Amino acid sequence: MAKTTKHQWADWLFFNLTRFFALLTLAMLLGIIASLIHGAWPALQQFGFGFIGSAEWNPPMDRFGALIPIYGTLTTSLVALLIAVPVSFGIALFLTELSPRWLRRPLGIAIELLAAIPSIVYGMWGLLVFVPIFAKYIQPFLSSTLGNVPIIGALFQGAPIGIGILSASIVLAIMIIPFIASVMRDVFEVTPAMLKESAYGLGATTWEVVWNVVFPYTKVGVIGGIMLGLGRALGETMAVTFLIGNMNAFNGISLFLPSNSIASALANEFAEAESALYSSSLIALGLILFVITFIILGFSKLLLLRLARQEGKRS
Amino acid sequence: MFSKTITKVLAGLAFGVAAAGFAQAAEVTGAGATFPAPIYAKWADAYQKATGNKINYQSIGSGGGIKQITAKTVDFGASDMPMKPADLDKEGLMQFPAVIGGEVLAVNLPGIKSGEIKLTGSLLADIFLGKIVKWNDKALADLNPTVKLPDQAIAVVRRADGSGTTFIFTNYLSKVSEEWKTKVGEGTAVQWPVGLGGKGNEGVAAFIQRIPGSIGYIEYAYALQNKLTYTLLQNTAGQYPAPSDITFKAAAANADWTKSAFYELLTNEPGKESWPITGATFILMHKVQAKPQQGLESLKFFEWAFKNGAKMADELDYVPLPDSLVKLIHSSWSQIKNGSGQAVWTGK
Repeated sequence: MAKTTKHQWADWLFFNLTRFFALLTLAMLLGIIASLIHGAWPALQQFGFGFIGSAEWNPPMDRFGALIPIYGTLTTSLVALLIAVPVSFGIALFLTELSPRWLRRPLGIAIELLAAIPSIVYGMWGLLVFVPIFAKYIQPFLSSTLGNVPIIGALFQGAPIGIGILSASIVLAIMIIPFIASVMRDVFEVTPAMLKESAYGLGATTWEVVWNVVFPYTKVGVIGGIMLGLGRALGETMAVTFLIGNMNAFNGISLFLPSNSIASALANEFAEAESALYSSSLIALGLILFVITFIILGFSKLLLLRLARQEGKRS
Repeated sequence: MFSKTITKVLAGLAFGVAAAGFAQAAEVTGAGATFPAPIYAKWADAYQKATGNKINYQSIGSGGGIKQITAKTVDFGASDMPMKPADLDKEGLMQFPAVIGGEVLAVNLPGIKSGEIKLTGSLLADIFLGKIVKWNDKALADLNPTVKLPDQAIAVVRRADGSGTTFIFTNYLSKVSEEWKTKVGEGTAVQWPVGLGGKGNEGVAAFIQRIPGSIGYIEYAYALQNKLTYTLLQNTAGQYPAPSDITFKAAAANADWTKSAFYELLTNEPGKESWPITGATFILMHKVQAKPQQGLESLKFFEWAFKNGAKMADELDYVPLPDSLVKLIHSSWSQIKNGSGQAVWTGK
């Protein structure tokens, strides 16, 4: 009898302790939102919704707008995804379907190790090693090839100085590839062998197996991996700070031009933001980044729900 | 310089552990500007060896220094730009300069050596306004008839992070160009019309080294350490001095320090030898000390540093204050009082 009570008591304690931890996370999240809104309030009151639409960032005159950092954050993340998703897909595909068995583990570990490199190292590598090569060989090449294509040509024009949206995006892509690739590999691996072998048995090529069997089976996981990478890209600070050029003005749509990102602006300017409105505007930028991340996460959840529903219809 | 700071901090830590033995030693805390942090750390280290007293300086940035001293969490604050006398009065603070440094214009033009290119203030403003975009622009070529300037785009490089260095530079441009003053203005960060932002002096140095045709403002010490090519710059006397500790000191000596509260920016100072973009970094202290002993210990440290620290400052490419200025500073210390209105500083 005594034993049972003791067990019950321990159970009760365990249940409440774990519940406390879980609720603590929620409380912290709400606390962060509350303090962001509180800190951003003076700026939001002063500029209203115009804060989001204004491209001005003028500390001496105390006039601030978030348009350029928002543009830079979204553009670098989007371009990074455009590069990282196909590459990651290829890596995961090779590792699960094509690679000889002995090569899988070392390659897999090497890619995971890429994720362990601190972002400041990526930033310094980007600035000291990548940028000079990029400016000397890759940018002139892009200008003379893609630069002449109608419509997208405008994205690849301008002085080849190495620093700018494109180089930040490429380094960002390298940073998020390990996340996306390892999630993709893990979900590809859980595809039941029976399904794949049935398809092979019917004479399907590797590509047909991947595209028609593995990918539909794992698309929820794949989208999850992409969103993980996107989340990382949106909030990445140090590497972007080194490479994006930190320019708070919009001079054209070329990806060779410098811009600014929200995280980079915060890292650069927070320590020396003297006026109350200045620091409040920076906190408002942080709030906007929070909202952007929230919207994207919510959007991906919705997408997954819709996919799940269609799945239900089909079967 | 960053790695230097780290070594200093580590050395300080090691010494701190060793010094923990004699518990009676005074310990003073200061916080603020990053630009003078290496020299403060070096002074603190030598001061501790000489007297056993410990100075704990945290380089958190000028803005942070002002916030911390206002909140009275530190014994002294440090800032790369002086506070306006009205702001000082509002917070009950006083300030004095501690050390001088200069900023130079570094360029990346292959084949051109330091001191070969001449610039004037208004040309410089036009470059940073984006009005002069090529190195072989007529105005630049007319000023430098002996130099073969390339047909190359000018890439403007500047600080991305808020910084006292930027404040001093934009203050100079505001003094020499009416257009700069009205369009951009001065501050630790401004809305730059053109240019790439590098993070810290290190970032600016890295950009200048890697981007052909670039020009950027940078602390003199960083230009020397990174072997950057720097320009000459016209001063108010129409001369083109080269940046050096001599011309920085000339600017400091020609400044009128007797004005109220040392509110003095050393940009565009008169004098044939004066380098136009010079700046002092400042110490902030409360006029009424809640802990007079701590105030006294802080002043003792600076007294010691002014007397014994000149050589160390030279070694790190800072410029020690001229003697006349040190005298003025000593007399300004009489403003610092304890709770019952007596001066804390009882020296000279």
